[in-house]
Amino acid sequence: MLIAEGMPLLYLELAVGQRMRQGSIGAWKIISPYLCGVGVASVVVSFFLSMYYNVINAWAFWYLFHSFQDPLPWATCPLNSNRTGYEEECEKTSSTQYFWYRQTLNIAPSLEASGSVQWEQALCLTLAWLVVYLCILRGTASTGKVVYVTASLPYCVLIIYLIRGLTLHGAVNGLVYMFTPKLEQLSNPKTWISAATQIFFSLGLGFGSLIAFASYNEPSNNCQRHAVIVSLINSTTSIFASIVTFSIYGFKATFNYESCINKVILLLLNAFDLEEGSLTADNLNEMKDHLMATYPQEYAQLMPQIKNCSLEAELDTAVQGTGLAFIVYSEAIKNMEVPQLYSVLYFFMLLMLGIGSMLGNTAAILTPLTDSRAIASRFPKEVISGVVCFMNCIIGLIFTMEAGNYWFDIFNDYAATLSLLLIVLVETIAVCYIYGIRRFEKDLYTMIGCKPNWYWKIMWAFVSPLLIISLFIFYLTDYILTGTLQYQAWDATQGQLVTKDYPGYALAVIGLLVASSTMCIPLGALVTFVRKRLKRERVSTVA
Amino acid sequence: MLRALLLLVSVVAIAHAELCKPDAQNAFKVRISIKTALGDNAYAWDANEEYLFRAMVAFAMRRYSSKSTTQISNVLLCNVTDRVSFWFVVTDSSKNVTTVPGSEVEAAIRMNRNRINNAFLLSDKTLQFLKITSTLSPPVEPSTPVWIIVFGVVLCLIVAGIVFLIVSGIQKHKKKNKESTERENLEEKVEVTLENGIPCEALDLKAGHINGVFAADDERFTSL
Repeated sequence: MLIAEGMPLLYLELAVGQRMRQGSIGAWKIISPYLCGVGVASVVVSFFLSMYYNVINAWAFWYLFHSFQDPLPWATCPLNSNRTGYEEECEKTSSTQYFWYRQTLNIAPSLEASGSVQWEQALCLTLAWLVVYLCILRGTASTGKVVYVTASLPYCVLIIYLIRGLTLHGAVNGLVYMFTPKLEQLSNPKTWISAATQIFFSLGLGFGSLIAFASYNEPSNNCQRHAVIVSLINSTTSIFASIVTFSIYGFKATFNYESCINKVILLLLNAFDLEEGSLTADNLNEMKDHLMATYPQEYAQLMPQIKNCSLEAELDTAVQGTGLAFIVYSEAIKNMEVPQLYSVLYFFMLLMLGIGSMLGNTAAILTPLTDSRAIASRFPKEVISGVVCFMNCIIGLIFTMEAGNYWFDIFNDYAATLSLLLIVLVETIAVCYIYGIRRFEKDLYTMIGCKPNWYWKIMWAFVSPLLIISLFIFYLTDYILTGTLQYQAWDATQGQLVTKDYPGYALAVIGLLVASSTMCIPLGALVTFVRKRLKRERVSTVA
Repeated sequence: MLRALLLLVSVVAIAHAELCKPDAQNAFKVRISIKTALGDNAYAWDANEEYLFRAMVAFAMRRYSSKSTTQISNVLLCNVTDRVSFWFVVTDSSKNVTTVPGSEVEAAIRMNRNRINNAFLLSDKTLQFLKITSTLSPPVEPSTPVWIIVFGVVLCLIVAGIVFLIVSGIQKHKKKNKESTERENLEEKVEVTLENGIPCEALDLKAGHINGVFAADDERFTSL
């Protein structure tokens, strides 16, 4: 996926930005006046992304601030009102999930029950936007210096976590799980689709941020070498980060497995009044059979409470999405020694990564705004950045409401996926067929001094567009086959997620999200066409 | 005489057996997990430990009702298993062959739970009275939540940074404006001859070359 899709498209975007020396809107206008819609679509997608992405930073701040306590607040359940036991909801699920769903999000049982704005989350969101504003205040020059910090600190933290993770008990289980190829999953096309989409988002293709940043490069910058290096480093970092993730994951799974076994042992000891230490993890199965034979009735009564503990089941629990970072990792951290230190490090790293992404997004929005002379001449760039941050902050307050996490999931799943695929497809086709691949080759030759070889040309002209078209078709067929869209809602009474259907207005919002960015492309072409027609008519009537 | 004594002892034993048995009225089950609590330092549960337990229960009853009538012999233990778990009842010495109501025993134990736990080096979880719920201690909560303090610190730093950057930007802007207006004022005062936008003074011999063709002008024409 990296070789077929990631590197060629990255090189393409960097070269376009460097050559045209303008943000995404201006750059595509130069390639062909009918394509100004592509740039606008990129900006719209970046705008949607910046609206909801900073909420993740707000959550990271929340967890970071709460890490300075002993014990960590998500390590134990809070007590109920008459102090005889733990809170009911917390009993049914784990303390980390309770902390996430109840004390952080205060989530509503469904999308319809909106609830009020959570002031703690709103404060954290404001702080997150202030941090972003501080970094982009002086323009890309200052952003460049900030990125030195936000890009290098996560590596330090990852190395610390690698050392800590590999020395944890049970980490080997996670690593073995990661490196054993699961053939039945590899043959499932969904895996490959996810891989392709992951490369897209990981490299940040189609957002316009790459074009914006490349336009500040010197014209003679060797963007071919940069593209290859960046994509290789990106993938190596992903593998490195997954080693860390899986070793910690293995630790958590082993810990849960051993707790489960201990619970079963305790249950059996208490029920049959056996001596302590007579049941261990090794002889558990034989003893279970023995007890079943000697006391069939009591054992039958006990059966529903005895869970079958399995390490594979713990490792297989599907983990994805924003919940992963906050639930699974906080659960693993609370069981380490000196959990406060590791918690602070981890959430600080998450914050650095999140702010780095936000800087790219806001650069993608601000560069076209500052490029256009209409706006830039009237207001200084501090005011423009301030207005953009303020508007995004106000809109982001929606995601701090009680049902806010469901809206967040809507934006997360639908704002970017389809639109980005379409944008990148149009970009590739535009550069190869409308601008002409020979013209592009010549431009690259003048800039770098060497022509792109046959590998790049084949990828740009044939392989990447085909790949993107097939991804597109897959997503559409998937949607048509499943019928209505569904989401996971948190049920407080059961203490787990349940699937529900989206209400009508949510579906309308989803449609609007996808349509507003994809429609920009044909609309842009149409507007340019109409304008040219009118100009030609005016000229002909004058003449 | 001996036979009467034997009969009395057996009657008492039977009475005790009737009072203390699993699920009897006012009887409580106790479960002790010594190895879990103490690991290698675990002591064995024997008759002496049972005696201590009976003494602690008697102490609890005395302290609760503050009438010193409960004796150690009033506390009966039965059905000790390997787990270690057993049942106990507290008999009332004033009324013959009856047990103290369960609610009193429960209240007494709850009041003195800490003392009982400490006598055995155990905790609420490892010395369990199965029907008596323990009061869980709430976590220590400081007056202001810690997170607000950290939030406040970070917020002040960020706002200070933003204000500093904005103010320095405005100052730089003002300085640039002042410099450009000064330069304009200067240029208006002195009428400088400009050649191609460059004042002639700057076009001094330093940067310019004298073209020899036009230098000696007077030699072209013959002198009169």
